[in-house]
Amino acid sequence: MNITRRHLLLLLPAASVAWKYVLAGTPEAAPNYKLSEHWWGMLIDLPKCIGCGNCVRACQAENDVPDGYFRTWVERYHVSDYDIENPQVDSPEGGKKGFPPAKDGKGKNFFVPKMCNHCAESPCTQVCPVGATFVSQDGVVLVDPKYCLGCRYCVQACPYGCRFINPRTNTAEKCTLCYHRITKGLTTACCENCPTGARQLADLRNPADPIHEFLKTHSVHVLKPSMATRAKVYYNELDGSVR
Amino acid sequence: MNVFKDAGHLFRLAAVFVAGLLIFLVIRGFLVPKSFGQFGHYRADAVTEIAARPIKFAGHESCEGCHADVLAKKKNGKHAGVNCEACHGPQAQHVDDPTSVKPDKLDTTVLCARCHEANAAKPRNFPQVDTEEHSTGLPCDTCHQPHSPVIVAGGAK
Amino acid sequence: MPGVDGFMYPNEIELQWSVLIVLYPFLTGLVAGAFILASLERVFQVEAVKPTYRLALLTALSFLLVAPLPLQLHLGHPERSYEMYLTPHRTSAMAMFGFVYLWYLMAVLVLEIWLDYRRQIVLLSQSSTGWKRATYSVMTLGSTNISERALAIDEKAGWLITVIGIPSAFLLHGYVGFIFGSIKANPWWSTPLMPVVFIFSAMVSGIALVVLLYMLISWARRQVIDMRCVDTVARYLFYIFMIDFSLEMLDLIHRIYEADESFRSLDFMVHSKLYLSHIVVQIALGTIAPIALLGLTQVAKLSDIARKRIYATTGCLTLMGIFAMRWNVVIGGQLFSKSFLGYTTYKMGLVAREGLLMAILLTILPFAILWVLVKVLPPWPEASSGSIPDAEPAR
Repeated sequence: MNITRRHLLLLLPAASVAWKYVLAGTPEAAPNYKLSEHWWGMLIDLPKCIGCGNCVRACQAENDVPDGYFRTWVERYHVSDYDIENPQVDSPEGGKKGFPPAKDGKGKNFFVPKMCNHCAESPCTQVCPVGATFVSQDGVVLVDPKYCLGCRYCVQACPYGCRFINPRTNTAEKCTLCYHRITKGLTTACCENCPTGARQLADLRNPADPIHEFLKTHSVHVLKPSMATRAKVYYNELDGSVR
Repeated sequence: MNVFKDAGHLFRLAAVFVAGLLIFLVIRGFLVPKSFGQFGHYRADAVTEIAARPIKFAGHESCEGCHADVLAKKKNGKHAGVNCEACHGPQAQHVDDPTSVKPDKLDTTVLCARCHEANAAKPRNFPQVDTEEHSTGLPCDTCHQPHSPVIVAGGAK
Repeated sequence: MPGVDGFMYPNEIELQWSVLIVLYPFLTGLVAGAFILASLERVFQVEAVKPTYRLALLTALSFLLVAPLPLQLHLGHPERSYEMYLTPHRTSAMAMFGFVYLWYLMAVLVLEIWLDYRRQIVLLSQSSTGWKRATYSVMTLGSTNISERALAIDEKAGWLITVIGIPSAFLLHGYVGFIFGSIKANPWWSTPLMPVVFIFSAMVSGIALVVLLYMLISWARRQVIDMRCVDTVARYLFYIFMIDFSLEMLDLIHRIYEADESFRSLDFMVHSKLYLSHIVVQIALGTIAPIALLGLTQVAKLSDIARKRIYATTGCLTLMGIFAMRWNVVIGGQLFSKSFLGYTTYKMGLVAREGLLMAILLTILPFAILWVLVKVLPPWPEASSGSIPDAEPAR
């Protein structure tokens, strides 16, 4: 391998990352990123989830999530026979260190990753008294840590339990859909690190995104549809027992 | 006028209220952040600030730029869909400075079990073993090559 | 996981709103209730309750001044709380409440107190000395007109303020109820009855407090308790209690009958984690017992002493019961998981910023403020600190 090509290969990825950093000083995160061209969501393909917890660990590493709090987590369900209203659920440390072996092989067992659903009609945004949490123009629900009072109203209003108060900043925090990554053409930390492709970032406004075909050909659900939050995290083959 | 004389105190009170309101409006003009309300009821600068946060995982495309040999081995094996940092951890710093920042050596005994330890909740057809029985404590890379883990007939690596 | 039974979403395990957020609706409830009692005399001409009129207003003010403190202590960034006035989010009940509070404080309560006391303030500004004189002079806003005509205008204005004040008091505490009642994510809170229940329980607690204070202060000043007054107040307390009880029973029966997906989890919670605070304190001791005792005074002919004892006991039980109700709403609403599969525990700190000690201090503080207010604006002119030239009762 000659030196010239190696140097080029070294510079190219570094340059592409740096270039995008340099540009992160304008309201549109990069000159070729237009907020109005995107409408972000996610696809969670449950039959593929193996409960390895890589997503939880990756999210914590990428976003400096404090211990004991979770921007994403994995739940394990055990449903015995037809009693789908009483599943046994556990999520030891959010699934961060994986799951201990399931003792009872009978009944149905599966994993369900959870996260902020980036609701288009988000109830957390509705109740924020000052405008510290909002839905961005590209469909990501974000929190402004410099403006948040830490009143915790949004945490109460979220039906999915995805919010928490960061004890270091005393402000509300949650999954940002790795906004700092997706606006630079990368995928989220959880999707990047999922070994089976159970989690996939979806841009609903991009006609070429595979989500459109997937939604047409699979049985897809959102969590708690009765809350009418217009959640944008879609679950493939979500069991009726999932809370 | 009699009414005004006897209601003088109420007019003074009204004046106090109006003065208070005006002072509030002036203070408000100074304190509300400049970018507030640009795109909606929030500080527009927050979007830029959030988008400018540091990146820890470089993404597999960055790895493949230099490590084409590993990619060649991986892309036809069972771990083709497993991205590099899923095992090697966040490497954006390594991509920025490849010679000084090196990824940590991995302990396969712990690493591989995270995905491949048998669990009733994992999909049936997903390769999983009871590691105690399967490898009796030996590190997994004793027999398996992690970048292309399937052992072909005739031996491993 | 310590303190968790069953399954909770990982971020739900720690409670968000502490005992201070229990205290807050309790305090604003007392404000609304005390004010409604005062308005009984002013607008509904219930003359019998006149001796409690000024005391009720001062009590309302003391508690209203302290009410924002538990909120400030609970915020992650209290120094940013002004943002609620600068950029209030119109869809947020909490933001709108900031203005309701301000309206009620400045345009209703302070105004009504000022108009009622103005004659006394002017006289005191002329008769006292030193910093007291300065204080009273500022309160006069520079006008010393206490002619018949001026006072008549005050009377009319005061009446108008009270008429506006009654719906404002309902709005003040109804809003607090709406802050909880509008959260669809929480089935323990989400009901259209919440603001109504809050208002009526507020009235009950406010009236009970004023009765207790009136009896206590009269005893301390060695004044005879006006029995006609307390009998009338107790009668209103009884009526409103009946309405409050009916509303709470309606909510309960509705939940039990419909038994929706949250019911089993909530039912179990009430019978286990909330048994003491809900069944025993709120319902048995805090509602049924006072209603029974007050009912007794309505049907039986009891001596003055007996009635006084019953009113005092009822007052204490009521206050305890209404505090328990706030506890059960706020804390209870956070003890169960939104997955309906588990429960957590509230670990109340003792000497923490949001701990028990702070809650106790914040409960005592309004009484300290009331003590100061009673000295500065004596509800009973003949016991005022300054000397008032004429002995004519102020109202």
